Amino acid sequence: MKILRTIALALLSSAALNAAAQLTIEVTGAGANRIPIAIANFEGDRVISAALTAVIRADLERSGTFNLIDPGTAAIAENATVNYGDWRGRKADAVVTGSISASADGRYETRFRLHDVQKQSAIAGQSYMHSPAPSQLRTAAHRIADVIYEKLTGERGVFSTRIAYVVKSTGRYELQIADADGANPQTALGSREPIISPSWSPDGGKLAYVSFEAKKPVVYVHDLATGRRWVAANFKGSNSAPAWSPDGKKLAVVLTKDGGSQLYHVNADGSGIVRLATSAGIDTEPRYSPDGQWIYFTSDRGGGPQIYRLPASGGDVQRITFEGSYNVTPRPSPDGKSLAYVARDGGTFHVTLMDLATKQTQILTDSVKDESPTFSPNGRMILYATEVGGRGVLAAVSSDGRVKQKLSVQAADVREPVWGPYVK
Amino acid sequence: MRQSLALATLTAVFLAACSSQPPAPEQKPAAVEERNASAVAEPGLVKSDKMDPYGLAALKDPKSILSKRNVFFDFDQYVIKDEFKPLVEAHARLLVANPSVKMLIQGNADERGSREYNLALGQKRAEAVKKALLLLGAKEDQVEAVSLGEEKSRCTGQTEECWSQNRRDDILYTGEY
Repeated sequence: MKILRTIALALLSSAALNAAAQLTIEVTGAGANRIPIAIANFEGDRVISAALTAVIRADLERSGTFNLIDPGTAAIAENATVNYGDWRGRKADAVVTGSISASADGRYETRFRLHDVQKQSAIAGQSYMHSPAPSQLRTAAHRIADVIYEKLTGERGVFSTRIAYVVKSTGRYELQIADADGANPQTALGSREPIISPSWSPDGGKLAYVSFEAKKPVVYVHDLATGRRWVAANFKGSNSAPAWSPDGKKLAVVLTKDGGSQLYHVNADGSGIVRLATSAGIDTEPRYSPDGQWIYFTSDRGGGPQIYRLPASGGDVQRITFEGSYNVTPRPSPDGKSLAYVARDGGTFHVTLMDLATKQTQILTDSVKDESPTFSPNGRMILYATEVGGRGVLAAVSSDGRVKQKLSVQAADVREPVWGPYVK
Repeated sequence: MRQSLALATLTAVFLAACSSQPPAPEQKPAAVEERNASAVAEPGLVKSDKMDPYGLAALKDPKSILSKRNVFFDFDQYVIKDEFKPLVEAHARLLVANPSVKMLIQGNADERGSREYNLALGQKRAEAVKKALLLLGAKEDQVEAVSLGEEKSRCTGQTEECWSQNRRDDILYTGEY
């Protein structure tokens, strides 16, 4: 079954005017066994209920894991007695009910309950305090969706996480950060010169990236809370491809100070530069394995670009990809068991997934100019950049290849996506 | 006659780039413009930029080869083609004649494939020209080779003609970057 639906994420836009244009998400394709779920309207303030439930429904639907059942128009209180027989008749396996109450300080408390229709019992519930500000309503809704997702699928939800990407419009580049659904975009850095290769610190508090504002590539680290940034690598020649070590203390970078593009690591404050490997050709695009043991990278040491890995503490290099003549941009999955990368097949470039134990590979996309794959923190989805009609867009595909999404910004090029870590 | 001799020397130097031979001694520069021929002086003894074919004024003179700042490369190639050797040689002479002058070489790549890998390919192109300049006598601290990768495409179409325009080094001097 294939659904094609555009979820316009402009519901709250009148109240949330952002300088940055919003991403809209189009979902094509869904998982094989979707869980039928009804999200009833919450009892209480109707505007707030509409805002909250719209985001919860959109999150669950976009994941491709749920099939939304029409809940009807009636609001159902969090603690109301649920008529399980009625919901079974509507073919819902799960029902969510909720209540919103105003408190004296102008804030609101939202409580929800998740009911299992088969078991005829409540299986989860939470309460959240929030203001009526659209960004706080979104945060509360994403958290509710995360609880529902985790309870029903057994894996952690990523609706509360954030993504970073670069938007290019005429003569301007912006490094933006948005909620995982593309809403609430904020600009971390604007520049007349290109910005590439953003990379989240493991705690989600900083971004490393490459900016060309000095007429050459220089690696910066940007603290998102304070807006303060500093140079992490600016040696003679080019400085690029930053990748955080899992402990957040170091960055693997590519420098050309000693000739050729070569791998080094440097402390996040820019001190303590150490060379990691030596090759006669290009070594680039380093990425640590989640356990910090390995660094995957792209190298042309064997002729064309292929993916290799070396122990993070130094040692022998192993070749990982052998099929095809162009395999680049390695991205280990969060569980370390698979590797996403971009493979060229003739003149087309596809996001490809390799099982690192069996070395079996699967092409995940039917788009043709894929770049920069990035895993969601639960490993379920891979966000990447591609091109539609000559314009850069972001797209996402589930790691089983079934669920596909496209995210685009009107009249601008979007590229270089990177999915942030879980929010504490 | 002297021109062809100088080019033959240059070719030898480019061939030497593949071995570890020290560079051949720099030849006295050949005149490019007939009207300047009488004004050519020994490198390093030049008093007037205006009269010097390898002086800084020549960088802006459309009649001088030094006003040409682009070196184009073939697909997946990082060797300086014969047609660009006189240009590289002329810039080397300017650097030798003006030791305080600094140069930035920005390598570029066509847009197909990974941005970071293309950055590394552009770096290879920039370093090819830097290596030739050093062999021709320029000093390491005069020349910086960097890459803009696919980020500064001169041409954005999806044709080979377009891509070939983007496989390019741009040469900039102090004050131009």
